[in-house]
Amino acid sequence: MVTVAIERLAVDLGGRRILDGIDLALAPGALIGLIGPNGAGKSTLARALLGLLPAADGRVTIDGTALSGLSPKRVSQRIAYLPQGQDIYWPISVERLVGLGRLPHLGPLSRLGPDDRAAIAAALDETGTAHLAARVATELSGGERARVMLARALATGAPALIADEPLASLDPGHQIDVMDLLARRARAGALVIVVLHDLAIAARFCDRLVLLDHGRVLADGAPGDALTDEALGRVYGISAWRGEADGVPLLVPLARSGRTAWQS
Amino acid sequence: MRSAVPDLPVAPARTRALVLFLILAAILVGIVSIAVGPAHIPVASLYGALAGRGDPIVRDILLQLRLPRAALALLIGAMLGAGGAALQGYLRNPLAEPGVLGVSGMASLGAVFAIYWRLAEAHAWLLPVCAILGAVAALVPLLLLAARSESPLTLILSGVALATLSGAGISLALNLAPNPFAAMEITTWLLGSLEDRSARDVWIALPCIAIGLGLILWDGRSLDALTLGEDGAKALGADLRRVRLRLLAGIAIGVGGAVAVSGAIGFVGLIIPHLVRPLTDRSPSAVLVPAALAGAVLLGLADLAVRLIPTPAPLKLGVLTAFLGVPVFIHHLLRERRLW
Repeated sequence: MVTVAIERLAVDLGGRRILDGIDLALAPGALIGLIGPNGAGKSTLARALLGLLPAADGRVTIDGTALSGLSPKRVSQRIAYLPQGQDIYWPISVERLVGLGRLPHLGPLSRLGPDDRAAIAAALDETGTAHLAARVATELSGGERARVMLARALATGAPALIADEPLASLDPGHQIDVMDLLARRARAGALVIVVLHDLAIAARFCDRLVLLDHGRVLADGAPGDALTDEALGRVYGISAWRGEADGVPLLVPLARSGRTAWQS
Repeated sequence: MRSAVPDLPVAPARTRALVLFLILAAILVGIVSIAVGPAHIPVASLYGALAGRGDPIVRDILLQLRLPRAALALLIGAMLGAGGAALQGYLRNPLAEPGVLGVSGMASLGAVFAIYWRLAEAHAWLLPVCAILGAVAALVPLLLLAARSESPLTLILSGVALATLSGAGISLALNLAPNPFAAMEITTWLLGSLEDRSARDVWIALPCIAIGLGLILWDGRSLDALTLGEDGAKALGADLRRVRLRLLAGIAIGVGGAVAVSGAIGFVGLIIPHLVRPLTDRSPSAVLVPAALAGAVLLGLADLAVRLIPTPAPLKLGVLTAFLGVPVFIHHLLRERRLW
């Protein structure tokens, strides 16, 4: 179990303040969605949580230990990260790619052991990509690649996972598969934070939503509490239709409400 | 979701076979290299020579001339091959080789400095020492510039600047050379050769290359992690600052030591990783050891060819590697299109 606490966190990028005064306590057991419009600071927050970006102010603690006091290796064993985008620089096999997830557990010159192989096989299985194991990762379709990258993050076997837009380029069926997988992991006791753009998916699968706007937390709570009409209008500049089908709450963005985002 | 998990291969058996093959090839090339020379000496005499028996002239030829030459070809080839493979992995750029960082250029500049100021004549150790100092001096601006950003492009651009600077420095030395002989001496050295090298040269190159190879091979895992980009690698626990420091130091010391005794030998560092990569699983770490061995084999063969091809003036090793390298490389690129 991993708990992450963020206290008064501020992050600067290129001289601009991207995140400011973020206070969050992120606990395992519930799927946490990170939402917000383009440029709200979602990915920056994800990277700052992992120590990939320095804090300009405030701090992040993992299980009570300040991030600055942890080695990159220690952090990588606690939190797996699925970055946005799908850069793969060498045409290695899918199995080899997923195996990269085991690096946090390996010494400089060591080889993969039976535990590592089991974790790789389990991750391939869980993401439905076992049949791709021998394929060249750079030659996969966008959706296949996205799932293989998720398998790579799962193979780490870390008790926490931060996934930055894991649904990009996935078809609806696989979007549901991936969200089910993340929710299952979260409810089984993992800390899972997922950056999402699709509000309907966020509202349906997440137990808790953190709504970011202009680098600040605007709302934090159950989907119904975070995604109010007022918040949607203020942050995204949209109105939405709400309904229910087969017991699944639905949220469909309808129209720009009042002003458009680029006029604000 | 599917649940059929295929049996994952237990070990990269192909890579192991490749390494074994290359080790045998390197040993063979080394033995042939010792056997070939102007004086005909049967290989069998080597055992006698090593044991301190046999004709003292034969013994001197073998131990003072041929053994060092063969050892240097293998060592330098290994350093250039592994250096190229590590840099291509770190910079995620198939065009990278030790020359890209300006390290070999600066080592050459150091050696040219020693020749120009006649330090080389004053003491035989001064030329290689100047070359190694030149390579290590290249580290300072590289590390300072690269520390400002983690983009591999910054490092490549800094290297291009250093290579240009060293080229300008060498041109200046040629420009100001007091007489044609001095200029000739510089040019000849720059062509790259292993002729008339002695055991002393081995003792200069060996420790440098051993340190260089050690530092380079240490970070194979982090190079693999960089397959996912910088953020991906850091999130996998790679300390990129230390990786860069070790890698650059390894390249500078190892390539510095290599250039110090052989002069600049181009293209080996570039083509070798491309030749061995398709025979591995293509991850950066898997290429390192085969690239070192293949570099040793290739440079050993090239140094044999230099001795066997009859030319009016002795053919220089660096000239041959460049000529050999280009067609091999183009053929390879046409065949391997788009697979990096």
